[in-house]
Amino acid sequence: MEKFTNTGNKDTRSGFGAGLFELGKQNENVVALCADLTGSLKMDAFAKEFPERFFQAGIAEANMIGVGSGLALSGKIPFVGSFAAFVTGRVYDQIRQSVAYSETNVKIAASHAGITLGEDGATHQILEDIGLMKMLPNMVVINPCDYNQTKAATIAAGNYNGPVYLRFGRPGVPNFTPEDQKFEIGKALKLIDGKDVTIFATGHLVWEAIQAAEALEQEGINAEVINIHTIKPLDVEAVLESVAKTRAVVCAEEHFIAGGMGESIASTLAANTPAPVEFVAINDKFGQSGTPSALMKAYGLDAEHIVEAAKKAIARK
Amino acid sequence: MPTNQELNNIASQVRRDIIRMVTSAQSGHPGGSLSSADILTALFFSELKHSPAAWSRDGKGNDMFFLSAGHISPVFYSVLARSGYFPVSELATFRQFGSRLQGHPSVEKGLPGVYSASGSLGQGLSVATGAALAKKADKESNYVYVLMGDGESEEGQVWEAAAFAAHNKVNNLIAITDWNKQQIDGTTEEVFGLGDLEQKWRSFGWNVVVADGHDMEAILSAFKSAKELEKSEEKPVMILMKTNMGKGVDFMEGTCAWHGKAPKPQEAEKALAQIKETLGDY
Repeated sequence: MEKFTNTGNKDTRSGFGAGLFELGKQNENVVALCADLTGSLKMDAFAKEFPERFFQAGIAEANMIGVGSGLALSGKIPFVGSFAAFVTGRVYDQIRQSVAYSETNVKIAASHAGITLGEDGATHQILEDIGLMKMLPNMVVINPCDYNQTKAATIAAGNYNGPVYLRFGRPGVPNFTPEDQKFEIGKALKLIDGKDVTIFATGHLVWEAIQAAEALEQEGINAEVINIHTIKPLDVEAVLESVAKTRAVVCAEEHFIAGGMGESIASTLAANTPAPVEFVAINDKFGQSGTPSALMKAYGLDAEHIVEAAKKAIARK
Repeated sequence: MPTNQELNNIASQVRRDIIRMVTSAQSGHPGGSLSSADILTALFFSELKHSPAAWSRDGKGNDMFFLSAGHISPVFYSVLARSGYFPVSELATFRQFGSRLQGHPSVEKGLPGVYSASGSLGQGLSVATGAALAKKADKESNYVYVLMGDGESEEGQVWEAAAFAAHNKVNNLIAITDWNKQQIDGTTEEVFGLGDLEQKWRSFGWNVVVADGHDMEAILSAFKSAKELEKSEEKPVMILMKTNMGKGVDFMEGTCAWHGKAPKPQEAEKALAQIKETLGDY
């Protein structure tokens, strides 16, 4: 079985900051806007190196989205950043009209997504952002799994022409994907080959899925693990190919079941080749304060819960 | 440059286009379209440095115009077509299935002259500010114009944009308010109490020019003053254009009743009898 090594915990937001800085060096059309959270989003290196290309948007997110859209018209590539909660739900109509419907080349950089935002509690822990964004025509939705992948995804988003929602998080998490990886938008990555069950995971749950597969192997269960870093467009071919083999599915993500990656996969399967699906995600309730790891455990978003879900899915075959 | 009389003639044809479009679609927004007709005629036929036939969406080397109050699309489409962005005959497709002339402006079908979708109010000033910032960054000398409704300034985002544009000294941005004092549910004072609009903009760090939005001379001179102010003071300028809702059709004037209502054929006939056909109907 394929092995993965954590080269040291790192936050995915820092991967974003590093990717943005790299893009800034590569392409002078890359500009960035941030709503008073420059340090939190690790955009400070970009802001310091390219002050003429960084715009402080203040605590005025709706305007930030519009300004980003206007900047994009002339060929600038704006990254507009804030916490995921404030750069999706708060500005949904602005994104809908001025970015998605207007087809402007705006990159929405959403940090502190999900329950692992932690101690700030439910006002800031958005768990419906993937759903909100994937429902918009023209919008690409990316949720990378670790520091290295977030850096690569940021660069790929900058090089892609069109609206992108780029979701990443606050806490340090295992960094295990290759440093020099090429990130292909819309291409699922098979991490572990298996035959009994497919675990589709996105974001922070990818590492948990790997841990779960290792635990399942001890019990003689052969799990396939696929990293769905791009939720939209979904790699339908990869999903169907894997499930044709395993016929049992677990979808793991730091999001509500409603609107999440799992929902996209389940509807794809329902329309093509129905198979039992178990969801490791949050079901219709707000989060609360706590450390990221305590919350992941309490809300059932860890390797242990993935193992249980895999057994259930297999039993339902 | 056209004379004021020529501009008035164009505006008359634009008003006919508006009435004919909403009548034919049996939907649309004639009231604010009529109140903005003189402003947009002056803008598109005299003020803007633009290249209608060679339009591209990046706006490079051209002045850019954004319609924030997307519901007054009839007047926008008319001035676009009449100034050469697309064939005048296409006005006949307004609001029809498959048309590039959507109910509210859209970029999806590639209608020349439309930079950004609008219709959900309050967003255009932000988008125009971004476009203006890009022109500054690229050392372009062109201006960016945006037209808003007065009721639209009830949206919070307008004031976010106002503060942002002033903070960033966006002095190549000229905003215009069609100050007709009517909105869907009544007068702006009844509905939301806009108060002293001029002082509001000034207190947000803008210069303000107030003008009669139905007098070509006054409109053009307001644009000139706006540019002079922006050169000398590094502030954006808001032009508050005093207008009359439904201007040019007696039974539509000064009332919110015709904000979003199409005239019946008989009413349209009455309206068109009051507006001279100057350039030939589409």
